[in-house]
Amino acid sequence: MAAPEQFRLIFRHIDEPGYSNDLACYVRNGGYEVLKKAVLRKPEELIDEVKKSGLRGRGGAGFSCGFKWTLVDRKSGKPIYLVVNADESEPGTFKDRYIVHRDPHQLIEGIMITCFANKVERAYIYIRGEFPEGARILEKAIAEARAANFAGPNILGTGYGCEIYVHRGAGAYICGEETGLIESLEGKRPYPRIKPPYFPAVLGLYQCPTIVNNVETLCHVKHIVERGGDAYSKIGTPNNTGTRIFCVSGHVQRPGYYEFEVGKLTMGQLLNDVCGGPLAGRKFKAVIPGGSSAKVLKFGERYKGKRKVGAEMVDYDWGVEDIPMDFDSMAMIGSMGGSGGVIVMDDSVNMVEALANINAFYSHESCGQCTPCREGSLWMKKITSRMVHGDARAEDGALLKSVADQIAGRTICAFGEACAWPTQSFVTKFGDEFKAYPQAKKQPRPDGVPDLI
Amino acid sequence: MIQPASPDLISVNIDGKEIAVPKGTNVIEAAHRVGTDVPHYCYHPKLSVVGNCRMCLVETGMPALDPATKAPIMDPVTGKQRINWSPRPAIGCATSVMPGLHVRTTTPMVKDCREGVMEFLLINHPLDCPICDQAGECKLQEQAAGYGRGYSRFIEQKNVKPKRTQLGPRVTLDDERCILCSRCIRFCKEVAKDDVLGFIDRGSYSTLTCFPGRKLENNYSLNTVDICPVGALTSTDFRFKMRVWFLKQTNSIDTESSVGANTVVWSREGTVYRVTPRQNDAVNDTWMSDSGRALFKEIRSEGRLDTVRVNGAQSPIEFAAGTAAGLLAKGGVAVVGSGRSSVEEQYLTGRLAKALGAGAWLVSRAGQGDGLLISADGNPNVRGALVTGLVSALPSARLDELAARIDSGSVRTVVSIGEDLLAAGLSQAQLAKVAVVYLGTHTNPTASAAKVVIPTLTVFEKSGTFVNQQFRIQKFAKAVPGVAGAADDLAALAALLSAVGAPSVAPDLASVWASIARDVPSLATMAYDNIPDTGLLLDSTPWSGLPFAEGASLHFKPAPKEAPARG
Repeated sequence: MAAPEQFRLIFRHIDEPGYSNDLACYVRNGGYEVLKKAVLRKPEELIDEVKKSGLRGRGGAGFSCGFKWTLVDRKSGKPIYLVVNADESEPGTFKDRYIVHRDPHQLIEGIMITCFANKVERAYIYIRGEFPEGARILEKAIAEARAANFAGPNILGTGYGCEIYVHRGAGAYICGEETGLIESLEGKRPYPRIKPPYFPAVLGLYQCPTIVNNVETLCHVKHIVERGGDAYSKIGTPNNTGTRIFCVSGHVQRPGYYEFEVGKLTMGQLLNDVCGGPLAGRKFKAVIPGGSSAKVLKFGERYKGKRKVGAEMVDYDWGVEDIPMDFDSMAMIGSMGGSGGVIVMDDSVNMVEALANINAFYSHESCGQCTPCREGSLWMKKITSRMVHGDARAEDGALLKSVADQIAGRTICAFGEACAWPTQSFVTKFGDEFKAYPQAKKQPRPDGVPDLI
Repeated sequence: MIQPASPDLISVNIDGKEIAVPKGTNVIEAAHRVGTDVPHYCYHPKLSVVGNCRMCLVETGMPALDPATKAPIMDPVTGKQRINWSPRPAIGCATSVMPGLHVRTTTPMVKDCREGVMEFLLINHPLDCPICDQAGECKLQEQAAGYGRGYSRFIEQKNVKPKRTQLGPRVTLDDERCILCSRCIRFCKEVAKDDVLGFIDRGSYSTLTCFPGRKLENNYSLNTVDICPVGALTSTDFRFKMRVWFLKQTNSIDTESSVGANTVVWSREGTVYRVTPRQNDAVNDTWMSDSGRALFKEIRSEGRLDTVRVNGAQSPIEFAAGTAAGLLAKGGVAVVGSGRSSVEEQYLTGRLAKALGAGAWLVSRAGQGDGLLISADGNPNVRGALVTGLVSALPSARLDELAARIDSGSVRTVVSIGEDLLAAGLSQAQLAKVAVVYLGTHTNPTASAAKVVIPTLTVFEKSGTFVNQQFRIQKFAKAVPGVAGAADDLAALAALLSAVGAPSVAPDLASVWASIARDVPSLATMAYDNIPDTGLLLDSTPWSGLPFAEGASLHFKPAPKEAPARG
């Protein structure tokens, strides 16, 4: 079955010849019209639209956006903050960067609608430290929007005002974790907070109720309000509404970003039809479907079970190629849709070496607050780098898995899972390769495979 | 389920044991009440909860309810309500009790969690217990033995970190031993209000250090050593001096101010090695000042008196008492007691003054309080002198009335209990006009000028009681024998009493307390042995009108000043 056409909602103007990131261009293309209409409506109506849309967060967890908004404590009398999570750091993910660089006003419009809907008067965009250009673009865009009365005091003459501030991170993955981000924004070390009691919706930034949303999620809000929640919910599949941007990297003919309706496309269609299949003479070996912390999928594996289609339960028996690219299917087969970063590995890749790379990242990024992740991530890294650069032992795979099992589910934040899942899934699915690595190392490296450094 | 006895209590079930605990109690504390140990490192009852060590992971569950009817779902096998156990473990420190909460601490999952955390904590720990000061009182050691696997699977290189950082004048840090629990950071920030500690770097390379240009030098810095669950923070003074398991622990009281922080004196073979705080939630929580910990150095300090002298010549104590009695018998006697003496000593001092018909004074040590555990009154026991009737008014810093009586010739002999009369405002000439009988621990100009000097004991060498600023009578016990040549304070005072022909008392605590109980109405029902370790509050109303020097400090608020009468 041929792949469906791309459905470019968020990325509509990305790569459009002549489209620039200034306000004039955005307004020329119908920009801020949605905001103008939104501020004439009741805030509660806008929240209802988002609830009806079924929008799920695009940062990684896929949590219902409308539900997140309803959790916000609106009775405390404290100000409500919006924090825009632009700390896009998950390896394999590069969607938010394009939104910020190429279409920042789309984000600002989404922010302003969200702020108006939630009676927020102060929004912070927390952008990762490695995006200096993005931060400059946002600063400029906010200044333009302010000058045009789309942001700042008394927006569009309504009497409602909201300021947006850009805050640059200092290069830490953990700042993408919402409570770590809030700590960082408060000027502290980004140690994620314990939940309970520090749920951002109640005790967030400066101990006030806070909404933390991903960049892409907020852009969707604009389109939801434009189309109406019901109409938006018809895009995609039930419970997996809207569009999804897939950032495909690795061993495919045409890596890049592609936007599709959620669930209307399978992994096979994405990799073979959209991205042109494997490199010449190679075969797909494995794919990580949702950013490097998602559990790896092995080509040739079968995923079987029952799933709900409409009101009925039907059997499914999928290969990797058959899995629909949506939140629920990915969760069902034991991985996750995550951030939409699809990392493809072909048969030239040694999985031990791939895991060594991932472990090096997570051990470097563990904040060090709680014991299992702090010690476990570095231990796993030390094991895999010893395997690759020193003496590999046949039992190392089992040890790695056991260490990872001591991390997941026992940490303050989801980083524990993020660093444990790759190891757990690599060792479970490619255990033979870990056992054979001591011998494999002694063989000459296959043609075309880069040397290890 | 047992119904809670009071509406503020919440019933929880821990390993099958039902207990009602106050609202807001966490699982660690609730489990403690049923005798179940939930191991932990970062949690400290007097500090905020951060939940970073993950050692206190337990299984939690709530009674199952039918989602539709909200009716309890019963287990057909046991006949009890089924419990929905959470698939994820929860940290005991941050889990507050709620009605019906069930906790399991002995399941394979909890065991596995503890073994995992223990293994993680040890992989980069230097395991240098044989040379570590914390050995013997190390939570890491104890919990590794109690909850660890007992073997290591770690064959990689351990992390390398600074081994001996001087965080301040009194605290030395070994970063490799640090398990990053952040207790010390929270203590400085929340209790000492001196936010100087923090972590740098990240992940397993995180390192505790002081903020740039700052030092851990506040007067409470050594509390970080006490609460450090491992051997990372050590006392620069105590480091490498003695194994803690050789040390004898004796309950004592900090004498540097009227707060009366409860302490433990750690000694071996007559030598004190360190002083640490003892928990008393009504007085000092689990803290004490650094300055109070250094006071034991006075036992062996320069100027310690160890010889009974009469007119400068060494003499037996009987002769000294006789000489003193001769001086006192001439009349014109004044007694300068001490706010540093124990209640028992003040009582005997009072009896001596009464027998001689002499006036009695105290010397005030008013100064600056720090609002925490050092009050504005540097005397630990002014209230004891009020209670025993040695004096009836608060002392002043200068003995002007006594000076006037010396000038007028009505006072010709002064008994000083360790007080330097020059420092208390007398002139050299006035001191020269009187014969001084000096009982004290250390030399000073008054002792040098005294006709009779009887050396006595420091608080570490004797037993007794003090009454602190709250009018809480607290006892201290003898940790080490007195220095050779010094007389027990009670014995010296009793000897003086009998030498002047007054009814004396056997100089042991039991006998003195029998007399006190007879003579002092507010202490009538007490005896030294009956006073609990955390002290007893006395009725302070007879003295409520006095203008005490103390301001507010931890667990103490001064009585409101009398409102001026409306006119």
